[in-house]
Order: sequence, then C-alpha cells, then structure tokens
Amino acid sequence: MTDDLFSLLSPDGVLSDAANASVDLRGMFSDMVMSRRVDTEAIALQRQGELGLWPSMLGQEAAQVGAGRALNPRDVAFPTYREHGVAWCRGVDPVSLLGLFRGTTLGGWDPTANNFNLYTLVIGAQTLHAVGYAMGIVRDGDVGTGDPERDRAVLVFLGDGALSEGETNEAFVWAAAQNLPIVFFCQNNQWAISAPYSVQSRVPVAQRAQGFGFRGVRVDGNDVVASHAVTVEALEQARAGNGPTLIEAFTYRRNPHTTSDDDGRYREGAMTDDWTTLDPIERLRTYLTTIGTDEDFFAEVASQETELSERLRAGCRALPDPEPASSFLHTYAEMPADLERQMNDHLEYVAAGEADPA
Amino acid sequence: MTNVQQFHLPDVGEGLTEAEIVTWLVAAGDVVEVNQILVEIETAKSLVELPSPFAGEVTELHAEPGDTVEVGKPIISIATAGATTPTPSIPEARPATEDEPKLLVGYGAKETSGRRRRRGAATPAPAAATPAPAAATPAPAAATPAPAAVRSGPVRCKPPVRKLAKVLGVDLAEVTPTGLDGIVTRADVLAASTKTPDVMPPPAVAESSVDEIRIPIKGVRKHTAAAMVSSAFTAPHVTEFVTLDITATMELRERLASRRDMKDVKLSPLTFIARAFLRAMERTPSSNSRWDEEAQEIVQLRDINLGIAAATPRGLVVPNIRAAQRLSLAELADAIADLATTARAGRTTPEAMSHGTATISNFGVFGVDTGTPILNPGETVILGVGTISRRPWVVGEGVDERIEPRWVTTLALSFDHRVMDGQQGSELLADTAAVLRDPALAVL
Repeated sequence: MTDDLFSLLSPDGVLSDAANASVDLRGMFSDMVMSRRVDTEAIALQRQGELGLWPSMLGQEAAQVGAGRALNPRDVAFPTYREHGVAWCRGVDPVSLLGLFRGTTLGGWDPTANNFNLYTLVIGAQTLHAVGYAMGIVRDGDVGTGDPERDRAVLVFLGDGALSEGETNEAFVWAAAQNLPIVFFCQNNQWAISAPYSVQSRVPVAQRAQGFGFRGVRVDGNDVVASHAVTVEALEQARAGNGPTLIEAFTYRRNPHTTSDDDGRYREGAMTDDWTTLDPIERLRTYLTTIGTDEDFFAEVASQETELSERLRAGCRALPDPEPASSFLHTYAEMPADLERQMNDHLEYVAAGEADPA
Repeated sequence: MTNVQQFHLPDVGEGLTEAEIVTWLVAAGDVVEVNQILVEIETAKSLVELPSPFAGEVTELHAEPGDTVEVGKPIISIATAGATTPTPSIPEARPATEDEPKLLVGYGAKETSGRRRRRGAATPAPAAATPAPAAATPAPAAATPAPAAVRSGPVRCKPPVRKLAKVLGVDLAEVTPTGLDGIVTRADVLAASTKTPDVMPPPAVAESSVDEIRIPIKGVRKHTAAAMVSSAFTAPHVTEFVTLDITATMELRERLASRRDMKDVKLSPLTFIARAFLRAMERTPSSNSRWDEEAQEIVQLRDINLGIAAATPRGLVVPNIRAAQRLSLAELADAIADLATTARAGRTTPEAMSHGTATISNFGVFGVDTGTPILNPGETVILGVGTISRRPWVVGEGVDERIEPRWVTTLALSFDHRVMDGQQGSELLADTAAVLRDPALAVL
C-alpha cells in the first residue's frame, strides 16, 4: 500500500538526493516539536478539567508542518479542527487555539491576521468555504499574473472521513469546473473516528482526483520534506492558474479521535505501535544528528518547548470568559433590528444579576 | 510558603457526571511534578489517566480505588511551594445519572427531564457524597512512606484501638472522639459499635461483621454476571457430553512438537481440540450463527471468531480469534498463546472481546472432568473441555479385547436450542470427538 508513496526522508532518517537542498530542515524540526508540545500540553489541560475537549494530532506533525511551511503570506488556509501544526506555522498564538475547546469563544483568532481561517467542526464544510474564497481570488485577478507578490492560492485541509461527505465532492466538482487556484490537502490518518478508510473507499484518496479531472498526489504524510515539496509544487501550479490538486498525505492518528473517544473499542494497539516506529519527528532528528547538527540546537528547541508549555498552561487559565453580547455581535455583518432587541434584552437580564432559571 | 491546592475530578468526556477511581499512582507524601500522572479513572466512556495540574507534595487522597466520584469533587490535595497557582475552574457538580449510554464521542448522556435540577429530593445520596471510610490500617512507622491506601486523615487513635475498630466493623471517621486532643478511645469504638450508623458508608470492601465480607459487584464480575444471566435466561441451553480416548491426538502432538518448524510453537492439546471443533463447526453451519430476536432471523456467519475463556486476576475474559477456521495449526497455537498472555497481563481490549461467534472453555486445567458451560451471549455453541488424564479403557475386539491405560477426556457441548436441534448438536460433538479419537479423519 505504501509503495506508491512519494517520499524523500525515509523512516530510518535517510534523505534522498532529490530533496531540495535549500529547505530549512532545522526550522521544520523545531516547528514539529513545538506543535507536538502544543498538542500534548492541551491533552493534559483537558485531563485537568481546563478544556472540554481536544482533538489530538499526534503523528500528523510532518504532514501539517510540511504543508503549513509551503504557504506564502498571501495564501489562505482553511483548517479542520485538528490543524494545530499548520496554525503554528502560520504564526497563530497557540493559546488562542485553546479558547474554542475551553468554551470561551466560538472562534479564537482573527482569520485575516494570518490568513488562517477558524477551525471548522462540521466535517467537510470548509472545502466549500475554500472553494468560494478561491473564486474570489479569481475575480480579484490574483491568479496567473506571474507576479509572485500578487498571485495567491487557497490551501484547504480535510481528513479521510470528509471524502464521504457531499460538500467535499461538490467542492471537487466546482474546483475542477472553474479551474480554481486551490489545493486540497487530505491527511488520510486512516480513521474517521471509528470507521477505517477501507470501509469508505475502494481506491486510495489521491486516485479520486482523476474522476473529477485534476491532479492527485500521494505522499508519505510522516515525511515532512516530501509533504512540503509536494505542497510547494501544488500551490505554485494553483497560483499560476493551472488549477487544483488533491494531495493525500498518508499518515496515522496515533491518539483517539478526541479526548472523549476510546480507540481501544475499535482498533488494535499493535497498529498504533507500528506507526509509532514511523514517527515523523524522530526520523528528522536522526537525519539532523547524522549530518552533525550540534547539541546546542536540540537544547535550544527543548528550552523553547518548556517555555511554551508554561505559556500555554498560564495562558489557558487566563483566557477571559466571553462577553454576554459576543454571540450576538458576530452573527451578521450588520445586525438586524430584531436581533439587536434580543441582545439588549439579554444584556439587561444579565445586568440584573438574576440566577439562570433554566 | 506552601499552599494546599485541590484537584477536582474533571469531566474528561463531554457531559460525564462521575468516574470510578481505578488506581492511584501516587500516595500522600509523594512529590509530584506538573503533568505527572496521578491516577487512572474509568468513566462510562473509557479508562483515562489524569495528569497533575500542580507541582508539590501530595498531602491527601480523597478517594479510594473503587470509589465512584462525582465530577467536581476533590480527589487529591497537593501542597505547592511558593506563589499561588491559579485554581482550576471547578465544573458544577451534578447528581449522577444511572444507565448512561456508552458514547464514543458527543455530548454525553441525555438526562431525563427534571432529574438534573432535582434538589434534596428522594434521590439517594450518591456514593461519593458520603465520607469515604478510613481504611482501618495502623498508622505506618514514621520512617516508611505512607502506602497509597492509607488515609492520612484527621482520625487519631492508638493501633490496638484501630484494630478493635476493624474487628467490630466500626468506621473511625464516624466515631466521636472523647480522648485527650481528639483521640478516639477504646470506649468510643465500643460505644459506636453498638449503635447503627445514620448513613452506611459504601466502602470498597466493607467489613460489616467478622462473619461476612461484602464485596461490591463491579468491573469484570458485574459484566460476567450480567452476561451469564442474560444468556442463561434467554437461550434455552442443551448440554451433551462425550467421553473419548484422545491418545492418538496426544501422540500426534508429540510427533509434531518434535518437528524443527514447530520448535517455537506452543502445541497444547487445546490447540488440537480447537482445530477439531472448528472443522466440525464448518461442517455444521448452523452452529456458527446468531439468533436475532428483533429481526426474527437466524444470522449465519461466514467466519468463526473463536473465543477462548481465560481466567485472569481480574476475572473471566473471553477474547476471540478472528476467522479462526482459516488458521493453520501453528497459527492457531500462536493465536491461543498470544490471547492468553494478553489476557493474563490484563491488556485484553474490548475490541478483542467483541464479535465472538463460538467459545471454548478449558476448565480441565483446574482438574475437573466436565461441566455444563453457559453460552457467551449471542453465540450458539460453547465447548467445555475436561481434564485429560490416564484412565482404564477397553481396547481391541473379540479375543484381543482388553483394558489398557489411555489418555481420556470428556467434552461438553452446550448449544442454543432455538437455533439448533439435538441432531445438529450431537453431530457437531460427535464429529469433534471423532477427529480427536482418530486425527487421520481430518484429511477426509
């Protein structure tokens, strides 16, 4: 099954000569380590009662960091709810990722500040948002001008489960029909909660693109160098006006679906153990060590990690409770009079300080 | 300065109201770091490890293994050094609801209307609300660290008095002390033993008198009991027996075991019995089926997922071997050995115990001749294997007829009479026995 995967950095840490020599491997390593730390710290915070829920991305760091680092500043990313590594690469403050899962906000960050949209919990919905955005890019004339300061593309993330959703297939149809500047980045982590990919599809993810009429690429999602290379290439094609690509990053979700899930009920631990040996961070660490990267670098990353942990723990507890008006304020661009009346009633009620009668 | 912080049981699974303490990994006096695993808890959804939100010294554990604790109640106190760490938010404690559906994800069980807000009504106090009993263990010597089970609570009394309290089944936490400095005296304990306590504490192992030990029904015991009641009173069981000379199989086993390619294979007699049973089941397709009451259908299954009952320290578990009929003898032997090792280590997953279609129970290892096995719920057949021992057996015919010592065992087959009749059951058992009597029949 893994024979036809594009890869550059092998599981035992050997880098292919075909790899672009100018990529920042140290940066990739650091980004993967830091995003994993965000993930493990968030799980601990959930277990301590600070978060209601957390979807872990353990094992998917290479796919996310590879893709995240391929974006130009003007490109726009549409995440699912598991793209903590992409958020990190885009410069979104990791503390702000926690708000949604702590229940203090319905968003958490300004999507226009880093061109990183809000997490989408509805499976596959973001593929249509992304297609719509790509249509806007075309209408702005920001495609195929040849000006690297102007051309832009959309990178939308999805999981293997989203492939069985109508929205995703509609997005594929529309992206192909309009030749949109969009890249679909599917992290095939093989489990849609408890449903294995094998019960959803007879063909590999990447092969589906053919039927819609665009390119499909299959890459080792635990290989950060290869994941980066294919995304760079696909985004270049998109910006140049050559249409969409579907990237399948073949990987594995090593933790349960979320902190509310018990994967022992539907899969054997042996498979997870196998994928642990394919760890994306360890293989790059092996390579960096082989080429003589000095210990100071690893020590520096480790100390940044500790700092990040402390910042996340303190930052999480300090997240402010939402203002009573917040859920009204962001529903419409311009608030209808009726909603405004409801908001005022609500604010009055809250101000009166009565106990919730519910 | 130190500052004692309490860690309150969080809702770890979106809408859970309680959890059971399974194992403490720390004890009072231990120094812990932030995110060090403190305790393993079991919720309606899964087993979960809780990491410490604080760094410092554990001063008290507020619940014992086996206790069910409501979300929001303190489970551990930790003395932290220096500046105050912000206290984690305490989720509103809610009354426990019973019979919650087991959800993988989502927003927890729907509560019956009105239940959540009922206050001070007829609802009996949940277990966790009553004070946990002091484990009536003598205080450890000053030099040794307190073991996890010992409560370092406020109850003070002399060791002989503690022992007396234990013998009389008196909970020291409930006794009003009259001694100097609040020490519980012998007289206090005797007085307390004569009156009925207002609230019976629900201890993990309540020793309410010297003549009986009361053990709460939970975990594997509870599961086994429910499964057996459901099976015994829904599927009409028929049990048939056959006693047979298994010498030829035992000889074959020795011959195969000496082969080089079987060097690393644990070829037990059970492997051969399982193989003979699987072969016979394939020839009696009705045995590999399930009674679907709701659909009013008998569901015949293609693969035989053969469960092997395993006695473990936690109780009886029945993990199964998927599509066991497809395995070679060596593969089957390996699968049985793996299953047993995993079960004994307590690492059998719920997944490994689901989807079974037939079971073998090898109670012969306990030295008994036979029994009447009860079906694993949802299955149509179960084979019980008695001890294999040397017994006198009539061999030969006519003038050759004589009594010889042979390897003999008794097989017991229980089947669901809704699905199979005596004919199919008898054929299945006789067919299994025939191959074990004469393994050469397997080539037919």
